Formats: sequence, structure tokens, C-alpha cells
Amino acid sequence: MAKPLPIIVFALAMAAIPFVPGMPPFWIVLLDNIGLSALVAMGLVLLTGVGGLTSFGQAAFCGFGAYTTAVLTTTYGLSPWLTLPLALLVSGLAAVALGLVTVRLSGHYLPLGTIAWGLGLFYLFSKLEFLGRNDGISGIPPFSIGSFRMIDPGAIYFAIWFAVLLCALLTMNLLDSRTGRAIRALRRGHVAAEAFGIQTPRAKLLVFIYAAVLAGLSGWLYAHFQRAANPTPFGAQAGIEYLFIAVVGGAGYVWGGVLGAAIVVVLKEILQSYLPYLFHGEGQLETIVFGILLVVLLQLAPTGVWPWLTARLPLKPARKRPDTSLALPPRAKAPTGTGVLLQIDHALKRFGGVIAVNDVSFEVRCREIVALIGPNGAGKSTTFNLITGVLAATGGTIAVLGKRIDNAAPQEVAKLGIARTFQHVKLVPDMTVLENVAIGAHLRGHAGALASMFRLDRSDEARLLAEAARQIERVGLGGQIDALAGSLSLGQQRIVEIARALCLDPTLLLLDEPAAGLRHMEKRQLAQLLRELRDGGMSVLLVEHDMGFVMDLADRIVVLDFGTRIAEGSPQAIKTNPDVIRAYLGAVT
Amino acid sequence: MLFLLQDGITNGAIYALLGLALVLVFAVTRVILIPQGEFVTYGALTYATLSSGQVPGTARLAVAMGVVAFGLDLFAGRRSLHPSRVGRAFVVNIVLPAAILALTYSLAGRQNPILLNIALSLSIVAAIGLFLYRIAFQPIAHASVLVLLIVSVGCHLALQGFGLVFFGAEGQRGPALSNAVFTVDPLRFTGQSIAVYTITLALIAGLGLFFNLTLYGKALRATAVNRLGARLVGIRTALSGQIAFLLAAIIGATSGILIVPITTLYYDTGFLIGLKGFVAAIIGGLVSYPLTALAALLVGGVEAFSSFYASNFKEVIVFTLIIPVLLLRSLAAPAVEEEKD
Repeated sequence: MAKPLPIIVFALAMAAIPFVPGMPPFWIVLLDNIGLSALVAMGLVLLTGVGGLTSFGQAAFCGFGAYTTAVLTTTYGLSPWLTLPLALLVSGLAAVALGLVTVRLSGHYLPLGTIAWGLGLFYLFSKLEFLGRNDGISGIPPFSIGSFRMIDPGAIYFAIWFAVLLCALLTMNLLDSRTGRAIRALRRGHVAAEAFGIQTPRAKLLVFIYAAVLAGLSGWLYAHFQRAANPTPFGAQAGIEYLFIAVVGGAGYVWGGVLGAAIVVVLKEILQSYLPYLFHGEGQLETIVFGILLVVLLQLAPTGVWPWLTARLPLKPARKRPDTSLALPPRAKAPTGTGVLLQIDHALKRFGGVIAVNDVSFEVRCREIVALIGPNGAGKSTTFNLITGVLAATGGTIAVLGKRIDNAAPQEVAKLGIARTFQHVKLVPDMTVLENVAIGAHLRGHAGALASMFRLDRSDEARLLAEAARQIERVGLGGQIDALAGSLSLGQQRIVEIARALCLDPTLLLLDEPAAGLRHMEKRQLAQLLRELRDGGMSVLLVEHDMGFVMDLADRIVVLDFGTRIAEGSPQAIKTNPDVIRAYLGAVT
Repeated sequence: MLFLLQDGITNGAIYALLGLALVLVFAVTRVILIPQGEFVTYGALTYATLSSGQVPGTARLAVAMGVVAFGLDLFAGRRSLHPSRVGRAFVVNIVLPAAILALTYSLAGRQNPILLNIALSLSIVAAIGLFLYRIAFQPIAHASVLVLLIVSVGCHLALQGFGLVFFGAEGQRGPALSNAVFTVDPLRFTGQSIAVYTITLALIAGLGLFFNLTLYGKALRATAVNRLGARLVGIRTALSGQIAFLLAAIIGATSGILIVPITTLYYDTGFLIGLKGFVAAIIGGLVSYPLTALAALLVGGVEAFSSFYASNFKEVIVFTLIIPVLLLRSLAAPAVEEEKD
């Protein structure tokens, strides 16, 4: 993902700028400001654009960073360098406290919640005595190395842009990793991610803290750049401005944050310095023009400028094929033998007054393909959701190898080796097939966020990707491995989901209508694959409407109708069962 | 104690109106209407300017926005320019605001009846609201909530800037609807506060009737529930959006006119007032009208009490108030799988 050459060129170009003869110092100040905003926007890219958590409160975290160093350097005389870890720590801790509450908010409550505490913190900054109330704190010392004091904007420029480039690299490394895939899956809802063992609340909290620490870093730099801190730049307006920096640049892209910062900062500067000349100083025209330009810009490029730009450049990302010779050790499995693998006993699920699953009992034995069939609304998918922990059963028990899982979280069920696909495909459409499938192997990798940021995860990561590539080959989608999942046909997306499930190295595979949208040949290949899996020791429970497919494949069939089990037996017995015929074709009498 | 409560209820009634408008707009268009506060200041200051016998700049803004909207209408419909359609667009976008502008000019410099000024202010702001949707939001009605929100912020900035140009940095007050005062020991009621209560109640009741009894109201509700479904049964969702913005503008301007005799309003006061309406709307979950109204009263009350007992931390208290509420609401309505963007 991170291509080194353009980044090195960019870094060298940025490093050369202050040495260009005749460079106006004012431009350097502008670049300093761009860098400071870019740091915050980068955090927002990860939080909002990638993770789907919209936050208006980032400016408040800048405030934590800035005020921490302001208080420590002025009141306690600490060196500015010493306060860096403390400033980051304070922003991080504030993020933990606020994040624990915030990430539990669902849907639109979340951005609204961030506005609320963003405003609250702003007023708090401006009322607290030891933070200097509205006047803030001034006389903050500059950075210094030995006797060299970074007072000049051209000196602190290097500190700021070093931080920007470093954070951009770390962020891109993070996104291109096991943890990164978990974060990128967040925006498309929890169910699929949790079915493969991803702890979504923890992943959300992680990006929240990460974004806050970046904002804190920006605040720390800001305090020593301005050599003063007051509440205004940490208020709601600033928080909103950071958000539109990220959106204008392209909310899903790390460099979009940098580009957005450049666009917004430069635009504001131009408007502030030139409009008064054009209109003879009639007040506040710049906000009017700025507001209108913002609207126009987003109408022209609703996904942001960065993707708009890269789509017009002839740069095609060269992707490395994963080295499939690397083996991922198999998951530690409980010994299965030939007994009962999944036991569902009197399962009951009520939604208000509707009984979706009514007293259903059946079992899946080891090395067996069981089909769950029934007319629409029979409770098949609900049964799947009960097994995988997406829904909590109202009554009855579900056990895997004798271990009860009827109230287990989806992640716990996944750890027991139960993998599933979904009736309505749940892939991340803007991730490649390979990345989507690698989510399935999440539980089989170990590298954490920090290791990923510093690229210490590469051997772990290579093995995960190798496993994903192998499963993609196995289901016959090797040609599409680098395609975006959203660009595939629906039938192919279902096959991708199967590959993702196989990556878990499951003992029980739950397939919800896997053959829907497949052509005849593809169905035969799928049946062949499932037989191979069974012969290799896996059990399969599938919901399917294609009777030819089911009768040909299943060892045993369970029939549900209106949430009740009405028949169970071999395909032959089911075909002639009068209750089943009545359920499908209606009563004769 | 009681007078604090009374103060809270008066403010709360205003927040309730704004909260309702925000819920309405969000439900129909998915736009979080940050410029709601500008509707408030525009309504209030237009009314104050008219009362002092001058021509408010907002009337000219409405004409300018109408011209842009007309251009967009022509551009959007360039493949099928029926004379009747062009004529309709011309009447709505050009004739209407121009007529209002002409009327304000003809009335300028005289002492006009309060009700005429109110009607005029309302129609100016209503036209601005309508055109705002047409210009800024209709072309990207399908964008994500986040993009719509940022566009909304852009509109807020532009409108606030215009507000400064039109009304200056000085605060203004407008004449009261009624100067009656009577006392029910220990409380003192002004005619204005009574007007606030009755008009709030009347507007809420009117909205209720509109949504439950009229075809347009039902179309709006249908759009709120499911845009695609509404389109499939022949509801023009663009029209629904325009109506929602029109109503929001009228509601905002009404609240502005109601409070401008009580407190001095500045060109940028609306933002904070709108935000508090917003807090109420959030507590109402952006979906429920009665809950929003109740929450608004709560916000008004909390604000009144905290400004009395801890005036320094008034805003902190009001804005942190909603976090536990949000948490409760999130827990009560557990995350439904969201298939958005």
C-alpha cells in the first residue's frame, strides 16, 4: 500500500522548500499551519473516513495537548521535549475516558455526542482558572536543541513536517495490516466483522485514541509554534473545520487529509488577504465566499479531492502477490471424532409477539453436510443468527461439542471454529478480494496495532495473506484476487464470503444461500468443493432454496416452516414427506 | 425558583420549535441543518429592520438566490424545457421573491402594522430556506450524511457572513407583539411570553395536523421513512426536501421574531440558539417530535437554573447534559446493522 518512492520524493521536496532562495517567510508559516491541520485531519481520516465514526471534537484533543505542555512548561518549567510524552498521554487518556462513552453511541448519536463534549470541553478550557480562562496561557518557551531555539517559523517547520510524514507513514502501515483491516471493516457494520472474531468496540476505541493522540501531537506543536494557548482554536468551529478538511481532501485517504489541509488553509489565507482589496474591506466577505466555495467543491467532488485527483493520474498501484508458500499454522481444534458437533435443543426466538424460531431441535454431526430448508420466513436465517451469537436465544440451548454457546458473543463462537456466510452479502466493497478474505483469518494472526505501525508484523501478515490467497484459489477466484469486492457479481461475492469463512479454518461452516446467483457450472463446482471439505473433516450446515442443489449434496435435511421443525431425514425421505409437500405447495384439502 | 422555571419554559419553547424543525429536516433530507440558527437571526433581524422602516438585505438575498435557483432549474431540466415548467420555475424563483422585494421597498420609511412586518419577514426567510435547499442540497441529495453535513456547515458560514453584511455587528431588538403585563403572584407574565407559549403550541399542533391530515404531509413522512420507496410510488423527493426546508425556515424565523423583543440578537446569535434546539433534537433522537419538545423544555430549564447558580459553567452543563442521554438512548435502541454510504 505504501509506495516508498513518491513518499521519499515528497519528503525531500518538503525538506527543500525552506532552502529555496527568496521563499517568503509567510509561505513557511502557511506550510506550518497546513502541517498542524494535516495531523489532526489524518486522525479524522482514520476515525471518520475509514472507521466511520464522525467526530466534531478533535479540536478539543488539540487543546489537551496544547494546554498540557503550556501548563507544564510555564508553571513547572519543564523542557518542551519532556512534555511531549505527557501531552500525548493526556490526550490519549482523555480519549479513553470520552471514547469509552462515545464509541458505545450508535448511528447518528455518535457525531452528536462528539459535538456535545467538544463544546463542553471548549467552555471548560475557557473557564478554568489554571488554564488562564479566556486569555489562555502565554510565554510558552520554544523548542530548543542545545542553544538553538526554534523561534523562527522556518525552524519549527522541520519539526512539524517531520511529524506529519512520520504519522502518515505510521497511519498507512496501520491501515495495511491485520488491525487495519479490522478498522476498515467497521464502517460496513459490525455483524460480519464480529463473526470473524473482531472485537469491534475495541477497534473503535483504538482508532478513537489514535486520532486523539495525533490531535494532541498537533496541539503540542501548536503551543510551541504560537508560544501561547487560548481556547479559541480548540472550540466547536475548529472541530468542524478539521472535519471539513478531511472531507474536502477525501475522508478515506491519508494523503487526502494533507491535501485537504493544504486546500482549506490556503483558500482561507487567499480569501482573507485578497478579498478586502477586491471589495474595499467590506467585512466578513471571506466567510461568505469560503462557505460558498465549500458547497461548490463538494458538489463537484462529493468524495473529496484526493480520490478525484488520483483517478486522473496514470498511477496504478502495483500489488504484490502474496507468497503462497508460507504456511499459516492450523487453528488449535478440539478433537472431533465422529460424534455430534452442533446440538440445538428446543431453541426459541421471539421478536415481540412474533415467534421466529419455535422449539427447534436438530444436530449436525462431524463430517456431515446438513441442509436447512423451508419456505420464506421459516426462520432459517434466524436460526443461523442464534447459532453464531448475532441474536440471543429466548430459550433452549445450543452447544458445540458439548460446550454451551447459547449466550456467547459472536467472537466467542468464531473462536470455537464456526464460520459463516450471509444471506445478504457483507463484504467491504472498497477493499480488495484478498483483503476481505484475510479478515476471515483475523483470529489466526497476532500482530497488534503498534507492531503494525512499525512494520514488525510482516511475517505474521505475510502468512495471513498467503492463507487468504490459498483459499481464494481454492474457491476458484484467483483471477479476481486484486479486484475490489464491490466490483464482483453477486454470485462471486457469495463465493468470496465462502473463502473468507474458510480462512477461519472452521470445523463447522454455515452457508446462508451460497448458490443464489450462481450459474449451473458454478453450482456444480461449489457442490464439489463442499464435498471435498466434508471429506477433509469439516461439517457444513447450509440454507438453500435450490432443491436440486440441496438434494444432490446434503447428507441430511431439516425442514422448517413458520419457525417449527416439520421434518428431518435423508433427501429421499424429505422429497416424499407429505408435511414438506404441504408446506411448499399448500394444503391439498 | 419559580421565575427561573418560567424563564426556562419560555426559552425551552423556542428550543422546542427549533428542535422540531431540525428533526423534520433531518428525517426528510438527512441534512443536519446547521443554518437553522441563521433562519432565526434572519427572521428576527429582518423583522427588526422592517420595524425601523428600512429595507433588509435579506430581501435582496432572496432575489439573488432565486435567480441562481432558476438557473439550476433550467440547467437540470435542459432536456425537456416545457413552457409550463419553465413558467412555474420562473414564478416560484423570480416573480415571488421580486414581488416581496418590491413590497418591502414600497413599505420602507413608513410605520407599518406589526403583523404586516411579521408576514413579510416570514415570507422572505421562507423563500431563502426554499432556495437554499434547491441550490445547495438538491444536487447532492444522495451524498452521504457526512458530506451533507459539511455542505450544511458551508451554508451556515456563508449565511452568517451575509448576516453580518446585512445587519452589521450591532445587536438589535424588535418591537413586542404585545405590551400587556399582568401579575399572578409571585410571577409576572408579559404579553410576549404568552405569545411565545401560544404560538409554539399552535405551530406544534399545526405541524401535527399537517403531517397527519394533508397529502403533502404524508408524502413528507413517506420520504422520511424510505426515500426510494417514496420515489417509486410517485412522490417527488426533491419537492419533499424543499417543503421541509421551507417549513424549517418558517419555524426558525418565527422563533426569531418571538425572541427578538425579549433579548438583543446579533448576527451570530442564531448559531448557539440553534445548537440548543439541536441538543433537544438529539435527546429526542432526531425522530420523535413529542420527545423533542419535552427535551427542549428540559434544556431550557437546565439552562435557566445553571445560569443562575453557576453562570460560568452554564454552557458546559447544558452540553454535557446530553451525553448520558445519548448513552441511554444508544443502549435502549441497540445498534441495528447500518447499510449506509
